[in-house]
Amino acid sequence: MIAELGLAALWMAAALAGLQLLAGILALTGRGASLGGIVRPVAAVQGVLALIAFLCLIAVFATTDLSVKLVAMNSHSLKPLIFKVAGTWGNHEGSMLLWVMVMSLAGGFVALVERRLPEPTMLATLAGQAFVSLGFYAFLLIASNPFDRLSPVPEEGNGLNPLLQDLGLAFHPPTLYLGYVGLSVAFSFAIGALVTRQVGPAFARAMRPWVLGAWIFLTLGITAGSYWAYYELGWGGWWFWDPVENASLMPWLAATALLHSVSVLASRDALRAWTVMLGVVAFSMSMIGTFLVRSGILTSVHAFAVDPQRGSFILALLAINIGGALTLFALRAGTVTEGERFALVSREGALVFNNVMLSAILGIVLFGTLYPLVAETMGAKVSVGPPYFNPMGALFAVPMLVILAVGPMLRWRRDSFARVGRSLVIPAMLVAAGIIAMVVVGGVGLLPTLGFALALGLGWASVLPLKGRNLRRTPLPIWGMVLAHFGIAVSLFGMSCESAFSVEKLVAVKAGDATAVGPWQIKLDAVEPMAGPNWTALEARLLVRYGDYGKVTQLDPQSRSFWAPPQQTSESALLTRWNGQLYAVLGGEADDGRWQLRLWWKPFVPLIWLGGVLIALGGLLALLGRVASDLRRIFAREKIAYRRGRMADLQRAQEGEEP
Amino acid sequence: MTRRPAALSLTALSLAMALWLTVPAAAQEEQTTAPFAYRQLDDPAKEQQAQALMETLRCLQCQGQSIADSDAPIAGSMRSLVRERIAAGEQPEAIRGWLIERYGDYVSYAPQLTSLTWPLFALPVVLIGLAALLLRKRFRRGEAR
Repeated sequence: MIAELGLAALWMAAALAGLQLLAGILALTGRGASLGGIVRPVAAVQGVLALIAFLCLIAVFATTDLSVKLVAMNSHSLKPLIFKVAGTWGNHEGSMLLWVMVMSLAGGFVALVERRLPEPTMLATLAGQAFVSLGFYAFLLIASNPFDRLSPVPEEGNGLNPLLQDLGLAFHPPTLYLGYVGLSVAFSFAIGALVTRQVGPAFARAMRPWVLGAWIFLTLGITAGSYWAYYELGWGGWWFWDPVENASLMPWLAATALLHSVSVLASRDALRAWTVMLGVVAFSMSMIGTFLVRSGILTSVHAFAVDPQRGSFILALLAINIGGALTLFALRAGTVTEGERFALVSREGALVFNNVMLSAILGIVLFGTLYPLVAETMGAKVSVGPPYFNPMGALFAVPMLVILAVGPMLRWRRDSFARVGRSLVIPAMLVAAGIIAMVVVGGVGLLPTLGFALALGLGWASVLPLKGRNLRRTPLPIWGMVLAHFGIAVSLFGMSCESAFSVEKLVAVKAGDATAVGPWQIKLDAVEPMAGPNWTALEARLLVRYGDYGKVTQLDPQSRSFWAPPQQTSESALLTRWNGQLYAVLGGEADDGRWQLRLWWKPFVPLIWLGGVLIALGGLLALLGRVASDLRRIFAREKIAYRRGRMADLQRAQEGEEP
Repeated sequence: MTRRPAALSLTALSLAMALWLTVPAAAQEEQTTAPFAYRQLDDPAKEQQAQALMETLRCLQCQGQSIADSDAPIAGSMRSLVRERIAAGEQPEAIRGWLIERYGDYVSYAPQLTSLTWPLFALPVVLIGLAALLLRKRFRRGEAR
């Protein structure tokens, strides 16, 4: 019953998206101007219906209704409730419904709240949003219905991949999707502005909070995903340049570029065409990412060809949306003037340079991710991994980081390096000192050396924009910028140290034996069996001590066996100090009663994710600042309107008395 | 959204490890066939060389994992092979070449420059050219005013 209710809500939402598109187009062409009034309410109701559909799916998962095919395939009655609920989006259909739900809710929210833009631009924006949603509704209803029933009803479900039964991962996909979908709103704004030729600061100000919001969620999603891979996969790696990771990185790169160019457009009325282009590219990257992850093409081009329905559907959506948007852009780009001019050495100039660098990195990641697929269709299998992405990405990232240190101190329009030169002496010296230190240590690769040195310089330079300001009166967006740039330095420092100074130790030890990794003394105390709700495990008790006199702490890495589906995972145990993390994994038992241990000492590794969180926090501060000033402006305008109304009333009253 | 699900390797592993009783036997088998799968070389410099190479070789059984971060049996035996050869004094690139000859380009995460992969290496040059062109165009016009 609940499943049917959900399906009905989904169909109605799809129908309303159709209505929203149609009414929007008719109102725009002038044939049905009266229809314009229904677009906003329809968008809001559509969002609510999509939410109802999603809640219904959560309900069937929470109650483990095995007559629903999706539940039987992906859930199990013995799973903890939190993972039953999280399992709703741990599969293809559920995650696509989540995507559509978030997208429709965002559309509804825009429809209700956004009043700054000219009405035709809003109608075009909402019609664009409806068009994209409609494609995804069709995809759900035709090619991946989440509410399909199953007959006969199985006794028990198949369970969820144990790797996914983890809190971090339960919230990782929704976070990323919020980011992807926020970019869909930016995309719709870009379409709306192109259609009505209204690319200007007002459009940028309407679009900016969505770009910022999306970017915050993408940053958090990538950070969480990286940390999840780090502790859950049990080998201590934190970024693999895996296509699935790249799928989340590409929209982030585009959104980062868009975020900066939309700010320039909002405050300086420059970079009009470039901003619109990035708006289209950013959402295109979200869709390409979804296509890569959801079509099965990553396992193999042939797996995709065997069951091509879903993949082809998303590919078609991709082609229609991206192709359509680019065509529109090509048609209208000529009429979008460039806006205000500026010199090479200026704040805008630095932002443009870094936008181009970000786009180049995006090009490298996109090409490197897709090329193996292209090669496979030509009959050859190649792999593109870290040895390609790291140096090629650095080729553009290093100049970008240098300019990032300088840019925020430059003035708008025109400036000279001589003016800011003096404040850059210390960062430059820090960079030199970093390089020298790494050379003295010896045996450190080129990239970690550069990363380490740049992190030091950037860390200092990033707070310089606060110099000479009254800190209490510094606007929130400035604080946000400083925090985010500082976060990049922190993260880069963590990455470089991890890569340069990690120590690995693989040992086989008996209970009671001791070993050492880096500055740590480690003793295997015992290995004992354990039982959880849907797994059994062997748990090692490690007694560890930092240096000769540190406090003895206990660490309990586990080797877990899940039975539905049967699978084994390593639960690593982590011990965090201010200067790094000890990482311990329990392996198999050897014939002579010794246990395999994998141990790592990773100096400053937590800074990688701390930096990610700082970057997101910086985004949040900027968003809060923008929203607060928008609200202030709205209140001020309403106050003025109210006073004008009062004045008019008074005047009318006086005029009425006079004769 | 599964990240690097490694479906193949994990089914293979889970078959062997469905019951706890079989674990020691499996581990024993692995150890006899691949002595250096979970054992480092005594010489730290050589171990570092081996580690760097292993991180750029692909586990053929998993999805998107290097042999340095996989529990799959084949990754273990490849690790052992790499360590043994490094210990015997072979150069890392020679070992990579040998593996590519045997398993194809797919095994190396570092793409080799061939008639098939040249676009990968042409791309950065093209991007630098494009970036230079874009920036020059932008600021030439800006300064002309």
